[in-house]
Amino acid sequence: MNNPHGNEVRPYGDTLNDGKVQMSFTLPVPASPEAAEAARELARKMGLEEPEVCSFRDLGEAFSFYILYGRCTHGVDISRIHVAKVDTETLNFYEINGLIEKELDRKIRVVGACTGSDAHTVGLDAIMNMKGYAGEYGLERYPWFETWNMGSQVPNEVMIRKAVEVGADALLVSQVVTQKEVHIHNLTELVELLEAEGLRDRFLLVVGGPRISHELALELGYDAGFGPSTLPVDVASYIAQTLAKRSRP
Amino acid sequence: MEEKLKVDKARVERCLTAADSIADGIAGHIEANTTISVERSVLRLLGIDGVDAGGVPLPNVVADTLHREGLLDRGAFYWIANAAAETGRSPQEIASGMAEGTLPVTTFPRRSWQELDKVVEPLLEEGLNRLRRSRRERSELQERFPPGPRPWLYVIVATGNIYEDVVQARAAALQGADIIAVIRTTAQSLLDYIPYGPTTEGFGGTYATQENFRIMRQALDEAGEQTGRYIQLVNYCSGLCMPEIAVTGGMERLDMMLNDSMYGILFRDINMKRTFVDQDFSRTVNAYTGIIINTGEDNYLTTADAVEEAHTVLASQFINRELARRSGMPLSLMGLGHAFEINPDKEDGLLYEIAGAQLIRQIFPDCPIKYMPPTKYKTGNIFKSHLQDGLFNLTGVLTGQSIQLLGMLTEAVHTPFLQDRALSIENAKYIFNNARHLADEITYKPDGIIQRRSEEILAQAADQLEEIAREGLMPSLSRGVFANIARPVDGGKGAGGVIPKGPEYRNPFKETMRKELGHE
Repeated sequence: MNNPHGNEVRPYGDTLNDGKVQMSFTLPVPASPEAAEAARELARKMGLEEPEVCSFRDLGEAFSFYILYGRCTHGVDISRIHVAKVDTETLNFYEINGLIEKELDRKIRVVGACTGSDAHTVGLDAIMNMKGYAGEYGLERYPWFETWNMGSQVPNEVMIRKAVEVGADALLVSQVVTQKEVHIHNLTELVELLEAEGLRDRFLLVVGGPRISHELALELGYDAGFGPSTLPVDVASYIAQTLAKRSRP
Repeated sequence: MEEKLKVDKARVERCLTAADSIADGIAGHIEANTTISVERSVLRLLGIDGVDAGGVPLPNVVADTLHREGLLDRGAFYWIANAAAETGRSPQEIASGMAEGTLPVTTFPRRSWQELDKVVEPLLEEGLNRLRRSRRERSELQERFPPGPRPWLYVIVATGNIYEDVVQARAAALQGADIIAVIRTTAQSLLDYIPYGPTTEGFGGTYATQENFRIMRQALDEAGEQTGRYIQLVNYCSGLCMPEIAVTGGMERLDMMLNDSMYGILFRDINMKRTFVDQDFSRTVNAYTGIIINTGEDNYLTTADAVEEAHTVLASQFINRELARRSGMPLSLMGLGHAFEINPDKEDGLLYEIAGAQLIRQIFPDCPIKYMPPTKYKTGNIFKSHLQDGLFNLTGVLTGQSIQLLGMLTEAVHTPFLQDRALSIENAKYIFNNARHLADEITYKPDGIIQRRSEEILAQAADQLEEIAREGLMPSLSRGVFANIARPVDGGKGAGGVIPKGPEYRNPFKETMRKELGHE
């Protein structure tokens, strides 16, 4: 297709490069024609041309809600973008167990926990529990994984102690509910504690959660990060292949 | 009411019988023990509040002092009454004296309970009057501003800052919410004390403190006047401070509290012996203050599979119901919980949801059933999420649920924005209004998927309850019967706070509350 903008990509509504986007936001003022005009003005400042407020309403307590459409005037050259990704291939249950058996010939030991104040184990359980998630068994079900799911609100120190005690190969940290970036502090603390005790290189350090990306994980000093819609096989594949690779001479 | 599903009465009877025998199995333990938090709640009822110079709540200072000396087996009430008889001081003055180390309460001559009669009576009455007053206020306000039709719209605020919560809550009430829950900061359930004063910092929620309760209550009363509907306030009576939170919630006229007999054991790893004693008194207090409890069976389905484990929800509801009944709670205050958590990819999943919800509705006709929204299969696709919530709302109104906790389109993205809540209220109002009497038009096909599914759930629940009854509740929980989570009988947090009652033990508040509730 002939694209007048070269490699630049823009939002698509119904015509290439029309730049159409939708957005919605709340303003801390009562609904009024002036407030709707202010919403349009804001959209323009965000780089939207021809912004239209297609719906707005008062929310009470001097707040109002706006839904807008507009044309985005910016484009991005996608060929210049590089994203850090977990680059191991996702194998299936049998392939993963087979690989561990063949290359390591011992069970991989994994300690998992929701650390810090986080009480939400739904993500960790989806990856670790027998039942798993969306039809994919959790790590507990893998004959070649031995797992310890420590549950919620585990202090970083306690997790490290457990990992040392059982001779873990990998640590799985889950962070689900967070506010004011508390998960970042918590994740950073774990790395710092491991480094302080000279243990960082002993474990494969993996973090998962709805606000986690591989890139963020690397930035924080982890080996890998898994975001939303990760399945147990993704994590198992990564751990098995990475440890297998490390074990090769 | 016309029976929409055919429910096998004999099977329901089996469930009730098994639940009764399950409750019998732990009744001796509950009767024989008190806990540090039960005793702190007694101290709060005696009017002890505030913190010492180091910021430790005075109820903790007093209870810990007595516990250290091994004296709580008479009950905290005894020591305050005895000190009051000795010094003529008020409980608050006694507590302050103990905190300052100037009042050697445990060295005073020990009078018998009988000798203390004249001191106990006014202390007891004053404590109870405070609770009676807030119950009366609620009735009066609800007469002037009747709550809206059911299902009630229940939304959560969770900013971490009570003053910001107030803004969000008032806006939600104006938009049509009937019930506001101030979600607690993560990890509060594991604090063995109630923080003090107004708070503006929390993670994923706001600290439950008595002052925060008061601030929100006042805001919702104002919103009630404005909207002409009484707006109900919810907080969390769970964790290590169950009974204390029940007391402060009763004093500040909360209307609902999450209160489950097993949630803390399963999901917070709190010791089960502690929890069973704590839940009992907390429910007596909730019942006495007219607070509707919400049980937490919905959580089972976020951990375990919602189709395979549907019967565990029903089984647990029978247990929660029986334990609450034994604490003196009427059915009309038992908000038994469940959830709409079946994988949205499942063919006929909606029919399964309807089967579960309708079955629970029919089995517990006098209970205000609490229905929780989809969360587990929310992915961040807010558009699909809004539709999932729509199906959930349709199921809620179709099956006559009482308390509908509204789903948020941004579930799995962030704690709700003001607009998220407004959109979800709009969603629920639209569907409830648009399908208000749909249920009246419907009965379920005798051999249909929904009827058969409901029979299956009930049969499995009956089997499970009988198995738990045979094995005993504590051993069953240690085997992982609920939510696929196993907890050892003597493991978990707070076990050190369980205290065997001595022969001189009394909790006059509990005695009187139970008497007035018709349970002696």
